[in-house]
Amino acid sequence: MKALRNASAAAAGLAFGVGLILSGMTRPSKVLAFLDVFGDWDPSLLFVMGGAVGVYAIGYRLRREKPIAADTYAVPSASKVDARLLLGAAVFGVGWGLSGYCPGPAVVSLGSGSLGVIVFLACVLAGMALTRLFDARLNSG
Amino acid sequence: MSESTPLSALFGGALIGLGALLLLWVNGRIAGVSNLIGGLLFPAAADRAWRALFLGALVAVGAVASWLFPGAIGASRPSLVLLGVAGLLVGFGTRLGSGCTSGHGVCGVARLSRRSLAATAVFVATGIATATALRLLGVGA
Repeated sequence: MKALRNASAAAAGLAFGVGLILSGMTRPSKVLAFLDVFGDWDPSLLFVMGGAVGVYAIGYRLRREKPIAADTYAVPSASKVDARLLLGAAVFGVGWGLSGYCPGPAVVSLGSGSLGVIVFLACVLAGMALTRLFDARLNSG
Repeated sequence: MSESTPLSALFGGALIGLGALLLLWVNGRIAGVSNLIGGLLFPAAADRAWRALFLGALVAVGAVASWLFPGAIGASRPSLVLLGVAGLLVGFGTRLGSGCTSGHGVCGVARLSRRSLAATAVFVATGIATATALRLLGVGA
């Protein structure tokens, strides 16, 4: 079971990564041209999203009762839209619009070894650590 | 500027969806890259191997692609300070908001999760606002 889970995660990462490259998501200028809707707009990312969401939506509905190599689906069931979610999404969007990088394409781009993406990802890790500090303060306060 | 590439975008998007589906069907897991990074490091989840394999496959695809097809992986903005700030915001925001473009934008939207639909609307909106503001301020992509 564990070997199958590991093999499937590697295969899934390969497909996911090739998809990100083919779709142009690993070119920040293209992502920024999508986000700049009032400028010289490039709508391609709508098609990326359409293709990915379309395939996943169909496959999600066709899923079996149990995963092939796990006991249960670890799928979030919460439905409450709270301030934490909205604030986090808003902050993430600003970082995305500044750089043209979201986490997936940035991890793929790490393979190119460029200094810019190394700095970006190092700071992503630092930002994630900051969230833990923020939570610790909230919980202790 | 950025040319619209709807066909490769749609095909690449479908491949992203397939990779994410493989992880759902076999492992019962959501292919959310920020949560995969977070689960690997902050705090380390019990089963780290599959997360490391998925992320490692993304880096490997990026390394091969940048070697075979220079240009498949583009550079972001030249300022390392700006990239560092963007990384901090992306790391902090995705952990606070429990996901990014993949976990919320693809998997969550396809599952019609209320939280993911809300998060996606918000990060696309602040991404558009930020990218637009930077163009108006004359910060080149």
